Amino acid sequence: MAELKRTPLYPLYQAYGAKTVEFGGWEMPVQFSGILREHEAVRTRAGLFDVSHMGEFEVRGPDALRLLQHVVTNDVQRLEPGAALYTPMTNERGGCVDDLLVYRWDKDRFWVVVNAANIEKDYRWIAGWRDKLGLGAEVTDRSAEIALLALQGPLAEQILQGLTDTDLRPLRYYHFCEGRVLGKPVVISRTGYTGEDGFELYAAAEDSPALWEGILAHGQPQGLVPAGLGARDTLRLEARLPLYGHELTDDITPLEAGLGVFVKWDKGSFVGREVLAEQKAQGVKRRIAGIQMQERAIPRQGYAVRADGREIGRVTSGTQSPTLKVPIALALLDADYAGVGAQLTVDVRGKEAAAVVVKTPFYKRPRRSDG
Amino acid sequence: MSQIPADLKYSKEHEWVRVEGNRAYVGITDFAQDELGDIVFVELPEVGAQVTANETFGTVESVKTVSDLFAPVSGKVVEVNAALADNPERVNESPYGDGWMIVIEMSNPEELNELLDAAGYQAHIGG
Repeated sequence: MAELKRTPLYPLYQAYGAKTVEFGGWEMPVQFSGILREHEAVRTRAGLFDVSHMGEFEVRGPDALRLLQHVVTNDVQRLEPGAALYTPMTNERGGCVDDLLVYRWDKDRFWVVVNAANIEKDYRWIAGWRDKLGLGAEVTDRSAEIALLALQGPLAEQILQGLTDTDLRPLRYYHFCEGRVLGKPVVISRTGYTGEDGFELYAAAEDSPALWEGILAHGQPQGLVPAGLGARDTLRLEARLPLYGHELTDDITPLEAGLGVFVKWDKGSFVGREVLAEQKAQGVKRRIAGIQMQERAIPRQGYAVRADGREIGRVTSGTQSPTLKVPIALALLDADYAGVGAQLTVDVRGKEAAAVVVKTPFYKRPRRSDG
Repeated sequence: MSQIPADLKYSKEHEWVRVEGNRAYVGITDFAQDELGDIVFVELPEVGAQVTANETFGTVESVKTVSDLFAPVSGKVVEVNAALADNPERVNESPYGDGWMIVIEMSNPEELNELLDAAGYQAHIGG
């Protein structure tokens, strides 16, 4: 097995009690104080995650916009400088090469933030289309020099505001700006992957240990805790945010994944458009649905889902929901059985456990009363 | 550093055994609960069930993973820690105390000789 990659924060993990696991070729912290405790902290106070394993590409040049418009399904044209969008990136069969964020710096300059396990694949894919179409755009992989910290939770703004001169209140969801945190230059992005308010901070790799320590020390009195990938997974699952390799793969289309809102039909051509248009016209045959177990059994990825005596799909992600205290899952199901209220069973290690299709997200954060 | 009480016997599968006469209390070790992380379900046999050494007698699920429980000795299950159904976190909090799982009335106490002592278990987990 190839040696695992480590983020610039790796040397600090032990001092904060981290337990590490392999994730997408990286040795990452799965937990610090415990998944349930970290999950609860993010839902009620705040958590700080090291997500420096994520990849960052810079795409710039006169044809940068054309290139991105061709490879992703969302409409990058509509993005104003200082704003970001979420989008699937599809192959010719309509399946997902990856899902990613696009940040627009100015007319001809963008950042693309991709999943750690897909960095090489995505780079080849984007640069490959650039070459194939003969476009004037430079694609640079800056992943190694950029660290990424995610500060998430209802107290995230209050905590971060104590460490920066940038006024955070006007920074809207899916917008970003340059600023300083603890004196270090960072890109402050109001985005996240937990279903809570929060920020993602892009910083120089060498500045990231001081940021990690300083943010935790400052936020600790308000209940901020370091959080790992375990809590990140349960948080995103409750919020029904897809995870590449689970709800999205090279063989699952954005329409099947319930991400149709991120496929824009009025933007012109893009890779996979014809297949997706056909699928939309016909209606999807299978789709990702949320299920809740009706007995004490946790559905895990790969478990078979049955109805009317036959297999009608598979679990893509499942866990005991720390917030709801019941087992929940996302599953790729035959569309005939994916409607809310459908009664199913999940084969939990040989036992047929009762489940029902429910509305998603499983958890939605309360609206800000002052917003 | 994992706790490994000196007066218990241990299996390589990370169960502990406390012998009281012909009865064996069984649970999982501090090392095992720490490796699993937050435990959310414990599935145990009914009182009266027969269990066989080195075969599964239940499962324990943490947020991240599910793991089989292996009987360290053979016999009849005479007590089950019913409190774990609603308070599975007791296995994390007190693996050798309130987190005990079952009591087995041993049919072949000779099997105890196959188990590790504290030093042997310590070496087994590389401590």
